[in-house]
Amino acid sequence: MSMQVSMTVNGEQVTEEIEGRTLLVHFLRDQLRLTGTHWGCDTSNCGTCVVWMDGEPVKSCTVLAAMAGGREVRTVEDLEQDGVLDPIQQGFMECHGVQCGFCTPGMMMTARALLDRNPDPTDREIREAISGQICRCTGYATIVRSVQWAAAAEAAFEGRS
Amino acid sequence: MQVPAPFEYERATSVDHAIGLLERLGNTSRLIAGGHSLLPMMKLRLVNLEYLIDINDLHDELGYVRLARGEIRVGAMTRHRELLESDPLAEAFPIFRDAERVIADPVVRNRGTLGGSLCQADPSEDLSAVCTTLDASCVIRGSAGDRVVTMAEFYRGPYETAIEDNEMLIEIRIPVRAGGSSAYEKVERRAGDWAVVSCGAALWMDGDLISDARVGLAAVGPNTTGIPAISDALRGKAPSEELFEQAGAIAGENCSPQNDMRGSADYKRHLANELTRRALRRAVARIGGQAR
Ligand SMILES: Cc1cc2nc3c(=O)[nH]c(=O)nc-3n(C[C@H](O)[C@H](O)[C@H](O)COP(=O)(O)OP(=O)(O)OC[C@H]3O[C@@H](n4cnc5c(N)ncnc54)[C@H](O)[C@@H]3O)c2cc1C
Ligand code: FES
Ligand code: FES
Repeated sequence: MSMQVSMTVNGEQVTEEIEGRTLLVHFLRDQLRLTGTHWGCDTSNCGTCVVWMDGEPVKSCTVLAAMAGGREVRTVEDLEQDGVLDPIQQGFMECHGVQCGFCTPGMMMTARALLDRNPDPTDREIREAISGQICRCTGYATIVRSVQWAAAAEAAFEGRS
Repeated sequence: MQVPAPFEYERATSVDHAIGLLERLGNTSRLIAGGHSLLPMMKLRLVNLEYLIDINDLHDELGYVRLARGEIRVGAMTRHRELLESDPLAEAFPIFRDAERVIADPVVRNRGTLGGSLCQADPSEDLSAVCTTLDASCVIRGSAGDRVVTMAEFYRGPYETAIEDNEMLIEIRIPVRAGGSSAYEKVERRAGDWAVVSCGAALWMDGDLISDARVGLAAVGPNTTGIPAISDALRGKAPSEELFEQAGAIAGENCSPQNDMRGSADYKRHLANELTRRALRRAVARIGGQAR
């Protein structure tokens, strides 16, 4: 039962043959070869598969590729622009937010969305934002610090502090 | 790898279109809203279907919180995050924000909908307990038009509702009465998990006396349960710790929890009792303006 789906992925229009049952995470990884998005629990609990759909973080193991048709999808590959890392990525480097790196793509996509809505989040707000995501290396403290680093860097850049 | 069995994907562009598709495809089809209950069930092959009808494009039509005369109307496609962030809803019914803060996690809340939550009819569904507590009614639409049912009529058993194969849930209507407030209490094993037990309470005062009160429990019976005996015990009395204790005891006696991985039946009875007291206490404090 194959069908055609068109969507925007990281700013580019793509049109592909899929099965109705194809999950967005597999479409991105296996068909578009965008393997930055990870695939873990498969049960919408770990959050490593988080991507944006129309600007909002979603768990791509629990969205059909067909449901993303006509929508704008953004993956971790799109954080870096023209060779410049997103402040979130820099923060994860500076503050050791990455240990094994498995949870990292989902964490970064959720963190980016948080800072876009709330440029100066408290510790609690960061923890709440990533509460649907699991870091099996248990590096939560450094992940929170990484997001704070990014928030401070952006504030400095925009002259907010 | 968990993948659903093959099916044909259809996308509805309006409520009428969705009902037309349901009419034509009958019980071989299912609607998908946020998909955060249905897709996991399809992956486990607990649900199999031939046609899946995506209703996410209906968000423009069915995603709203509207103040109407004497009631608040909430569209079935309103997402958890929108419910959490709605100030008019939190003002009229603080129980909604209490509950939404502890339903799943922020990313799941970006997708899950009010309609999907109620239609899933999971005995642990938090919004079902909220709607039961608030005496909401459900507007169900089919090709013949709309019908309105109470929450008690809506639930037929675990995972079963009054919605026929060719119908869909459109809207929830919640009566607004003066002098009242509400609250929600939940015990979960970890952040974002389903309830071990949760309890909603809504209360209305006439001067110093309780004119009406409702309590709704989740995860302690085949569906979320309203407990009329508590309403009877509270009406006409002045709120007090002894009265809340009495209400808690009634809640503990009037539920039918089961032993499972979330806890023993005894523990859940204890929680039903304790959470009923806490929710009533908080609702009363809110009427007095003492707590948010
Ligand atoms: C990790 C995780 C944690 C969760 N934790 C909680 C929790 O703590 N508390 C809680 O209450 N819930 C929890 N949920 C469930 C979550 O709230 C779901 O989003 C919700 O149960 C279903 O909403 P949905 O829009 O995703 O529905 P879907 O999965 O799309 O649909 C569910 C069912 O409803 C039917 N349906 C949907 N919309 C309509 C309609 N308008 N008319 C008729 N039928 C319809 C579908 O056909 C399907 O049978 C959790 C889910 C996940 C994945
Ligand atoms: S793989 Fe999607 S939440 Fe774990
Ligand atoms: S860095 Fe290893 S899972 Fe988070």
